[in-house]
Amino acid sequence: MPAGLQAKRVNELDCECLSYRFEVDGSNFTTAGEASVQVKRILRRIGFPPETIKRASIAMYEGEINMVIHAGGGIAELFIYEDKIVVVLTDHGPGIADVALAMKEGYSTAPDNIRALGFGAGMGLPNMKRYTDIMDIQTALGKGTVITMTVNV
Amino acid sequence: MAEYKHSVSLDVEKCKGCTHCLKRCPTEAIRIRNGHAVIDSNRCIDCGECIRQCPHQAKKAVFDKYSAIPKDKYTIALPAPTFYGQFEHLDDIDYLLQGLLDLGFDDVFEVACAAELITEYTRRYLKREDINLPVISSACPVVVRLVSLRFPTLVKNLMPIMPPMELAGIIAREKAKKKHPELKDDDICTVFISPCPAKVSYVKNNLVGYKSNIDMVVSMSDLYFELLNVMKKRITPIPYSRTGMIGVGWAISGGESSSLMNDHYLAADGIENIIKVLEDIDTAQHRNLDFVELNACSGGCVGGVLTVENPYLARVRLRNVKRYLPVSQNHPPESAPEIGMPDEYAICFDDNYKAVSSLGPDRKQAMKLMSDIDEVFKTLPELDCGSCGSPTCRAFAEDVVKGNVKYEECIVVMREKLKDALKSEEC
Repeated sequence: MPAGLQAKRVNELDCECLSYRFEVDGSNFTTAGEASVQVKRILRRIGFPPETIKRASIAMYEGEINMVIHAGGGIAELFIYEDKIVVVLTDHGPGIADVALAMKEGYSTAPDNIRALGFGAGMGLPNMKRYTDIMDIQTALGKGTVITMTVNV
Repeated sequence: MAEYKHSVSLDVEKCKGCTHCLKRCPTEAIRIRNGHAVIDSNRCIDCGECIRQCPHQAKKAVFDKYSAIPKDKYTIALPAPTFYGQFEHLDDIDYLLQGLLDLGFDDVFEVACAAELITEYTRRYLKREDINLPVISSACPVVVRLVSLRFPTLVKNLMPIMPPMELAGIIAREKAKKKHPELKDDDICTVFISPCPAKVSYVKNNLVGYKSNIDMVVSMSDLYFELLNVMKKRITPIPYSRTGMIGVGWAISGGESSSLMNDHYLAADGIENIIKVLEDIDTAQHRNLDFVELNACSGGCVGGVLTVENPYLARVRLRNVKRYLPVSQNHPPESAPEIGMPDEYAICFDDNYKAVSSLGPDRKQAMKLMSDIDEVFKTLPELDCGSCGSPTCRAFAEDVVKGNVKYEECIVVMREKLKDALKSEEC
């Protein structure tokens, strides 16, 4: 496992739910997206249907990239249940000023150097919503954002 | 599903149980048990990496022997375009084709010709609006197997056409029967001259649900030495090659995709590289890609383990071979559809999810196992040294939980235990 992606089991006793925690490094854009590759691997080993894995890992990927671009990194947590996958993304970035606007396809506040890499198309949050069954955004300006996404099987 | 027959055999006498193949197997299909390597055929994708890595020549590719080709049948040699890059000073393919006839083959049909047809059909297939982009080339059997085992969501992106050798088998048979109407199917023996063992497995396993049109697969390196002798003696060859630049180009990474006249393509080669590309396609969507060519061997088919020549030299030679060739000499008949391909050349990839990567029969059990594996893994040194016979500490933890190996096989854990024991004795 690459450095910075230490998976930890949070619930030692609870076998109903497997939990993993990933530190998303905000200082190194070239490693962005690695946690979602790890997540995909884990989900495959559990044997979720490919479509479910795809939805969860794309949503996670978009969220992870967002955390790196906008919030200087953060923590991604994965909770695996028999019938659902929950991803919680927590950051201490600037927060989202207008959530409704941010959810609009094509709206983006990504800087130009990031756009040059092909990111910043304004599809991150809309895709996260599209690929998950439930998405909840808690955000406070200047404090940070917590996004909880659930993918049902 | 019947058990998969992979095409790597092990010489137990020669295998020292070292960790070279273990560490390099891209699907973690190898374990060292009882002092020698064991391959899990459900995981093996026939990439040939272990054959390449083995310093003791204990791993061997399985293929048909040249001497086993039946003398009483109408034999047709099907040389892969890679073969043209193996010979020094070969600037005219006809000498090679004549050499095959001189060896005793009754006829020759170039796989490169079939490849040119597939190029044309792929171009037409890309015009369809109902396809999943990017289309992934299905010419390399390792890629087909890798995708179906590890990237099941991408199975629908695989190009649904036979690989060139199969199409060559069909056309060669038809041609032979036209020339000699008295021949029955059983009288004909098509012999593919292969650069890699993966194509052997492809033929032996009937991978895509139809009977292969190839009867035997021989090794390029075997035929090379046989041919060297006969080719020296010839002054003027009789047959004439019917391939163009495009067909020859298929032997090299990028050759297949660059001939599609479409800029939106990607070509990658080398097993580690293609896995990375597939991971990327699977996660992020590549919106601007129409076609992806993947070759398991570095450099493309010229890097296959059954070849003789260094792949980069072979590449230079192929450049010479194709220099004065027409762009393409093989075109679909008038009757072929304008969009897509004739039904008889289409294949359907099994899109049932073969979840070999999943831990248990149901998710609940898999989660329990995963949790146990995590527990064991936490106690391991994460050196991934391979001394236990598993490729990584993670794989070892899984092998322990599944009961395939004892925890005490970890030499680092044992050393700590030994130290503790010595300490308590001192006290």
